[in-house]
Amino acid sequence: MAELQEFWRWTEYTWNNPDVDWRKAKRIAAGIDVGSVSSQALILADGEIYAFSNLRTGSNSPDSAHKAVNGAMKDTGMELSNIKYTVGTGYGRVNIPFANRAITEIACHARGANFMAGPKIRTVLDMGGQDCKAIHCDERGKVSNFLMNDKCAAGTGRGMEVMADLLSIPIKEIGELSYQVDTEPAPVSSTCVVFAKSEALGLMRSGWSKNMVLAAYCSAMAHRVSLLLGRIGVEDQFFITGGIAKNPGIVKRLEKELGIESVKTKYDSQIAGALGAALFADTLLQKGGA
Amino acid sequence: MITTGIDVGAKTVKVVLMEDGKIRGKAKVLSGFDQEESAREALEQALKEAGLAREAIGSIVTTGNGRKAISFAKGDVTEARAAALGAVFLYPTARTVIDVGAEESRAIKCDATGKVLDFAVNEKCAAGSGAFTEAMARALEVPLEELGPLSLKATQTIPMNAQCAVFAESEVISLIHSKTEKADIARAVHDGLSSRVVAMVRRVGLDSELVLIGGVAHNPGFVESFKRTVGLDDVRTAAEPDFVGAIGAALAAAE
Amino acid sequence: MIANYGYKDGSGEFFIAIDTDKCNGCGDCVPVCPAKLLAMADDEYDPLSEKTVVTVIEEERKKIKYSCAPCKPASGRGPLPCVAACEPGAIAHSW
Repeated sequence: MAELQEFWRWTEYTWNNPDVDWRKAKRIAAGIDVGSVSSQALILADGEIYAFSNLRTGSNSPDSAHKAVNGAMKDTGMELSNIKYTVGTGYGRVNIPFANRAITEIACHARGANFMAGPKIRTVLDMGGQDCKAIHCDERGKVSNFLMNDKCAAGTGRGMEVMADLLSIPIKEIGELSYQVDTEPAPVSSTCVVFAKSEALGLMRSGWSKNMVLAAYCSAMAHRVSLLLGRIGVEDQFFITGGIAKNPGIVKRLEKELGIESVKTKYDSQIAGALGAALFADTLLQKGGA
Repeated sequence: MITTGIDVGAKTVKVVLMEDGKIRGKAKVLSGFDQEESAREALEQALKEAGLAREAIGSIVTTGNGRKAISFAKGDVTEARAAALGAVFLYPTARTVIDVGAEESRAIKCDATGKVLDFAVNEKCAAGSGAFTEAMARALEVPLEELGPLSLKATQTIPMNAQCAVFAESEVISLIHSKTEKADIARAVHDGLSSRVVAMVRRVGLDSELVLIGGVAHNPGFVESFKRTVGLDDVRTAAEPDFVGAIGAALAAAE
Repeated sequence: MIANYGYKDGSGEFFIAIDTDKCNGCGDCVPVCPAKLLAMADDEYDPLSEKTVVTVIEEERKKIKYSCAPCKPASGRGPLPCVAACEPGAIAHSW
């Protein structure tokens, strides 16, 4: 029997910096971001990124938090007791048993973006598994305006998973395939994922290729996100975080529509929340909190 | 004189043939991807039921989501007008008509003649319409027509946090994993939909005599949940609630 | 800091914007909301500050279109109670 392919599955991983000896660090701080779709843990040693993990959130927030931090600590010899301050963020933040404090992901994403992409960042867009956040921040990464949409699946990773599933295309190929079309098709008219799904079926019945349907859907989602951003405005410099930042099908169309390019960094776009949380943890540790 | 009303809905096309205020024939087919073709098919079926030939029918008026897609119609009326006309025809004292369809729901305030005085719509979001219960029935692995009766067997009320059909599907799956009774989940699904429908109705006011129409009014679980949410012991629903729009269109054709 | 609570879905954009710089923490808006959407809380978007401001309670943020419906009839809408109660003008509705 053919193995059932899970088109939505992306790769989980852990990483640590082999050049840093955490035992010599004065401050070990951690940030845990338990999202609705993925969870990350990031450990700072004296304010430098030391270790990180990214995995799929399970059915239970405390377990996901433990798995994430254990993943980050894997092969380092570190134990939970070595971490002196932990900040939890994300959807599951109030359910992290070993966290000293919970801080909203909006504040954490702004702080994380400021570290990753620099103090000139003024607009952060986080496209996550189940939500979309538009954030304005200052040169220190402090939030000055924000808007979060977590009610509706359109423009979220979940919405993309529905399309990937419908078209039987592995999710990390969606972006590239959406550009393998002769001309850019008109965007799908429905902004609701449920209706977009029926619309996609209708388009395919009338002869559209899968790539064209993908292009039409990515186009509609990019437009939708740009309107959301328009509500608070896009100020230079612009930075995108979250899983969908890895989908050029949305990112490039969005940049085109907004007329502004997003800053690219060497960091994985999914670490912003956990990184910001860890930075807050480090600040609070320095202030003597625990 | 015979007139024809065709309600080209998002999910089904309904046809009603009327003569002198009486229904001579009716039929319903799935809308599919070719609405005009489905409308033709439904018309054929209704004619057969009435024992009439195509030439016998007078004016055809359409309504519904695809009302402009039917080339052989004389004209079209809005869903609100058709719903009001049809509802008042069946229930002369009805003044607030609540139409819950496959992809949209609307609340209409009307007068005794079926004239639309005010209306509110839930559209473009699956969570405010029958599409929500359809998606949840799939998640629960229960045929759609059994979802309502299943919900009536619930023994407790549980909250449903997700407001979007896509997220609600994940919520239903995790409820199933945590061994929640399917009947209780089914009830939560209907409560979610009816709370959104009732909130929409509040925009035109819940103060006068209500009637529930549209395909979702067939669902006893929804009707029961609606009554509970509004706090009424009884709410009138048409015997065949999904045909009321087509009846209204047929009446409009006679004007 | 402006906090926009609410959402956008297929049917439109529904946000209540709270300007926390203008909010003086008086709490007059909380009891006048018939749907009980508002509450006073620590400003969670500025984790290092101690200011108390008004927020839309978390359970209500995803359904504000529906919860706010009684104050927003299809026709003949009057002034919104929460906006009217706020002297510094910190509350605004997008619809």
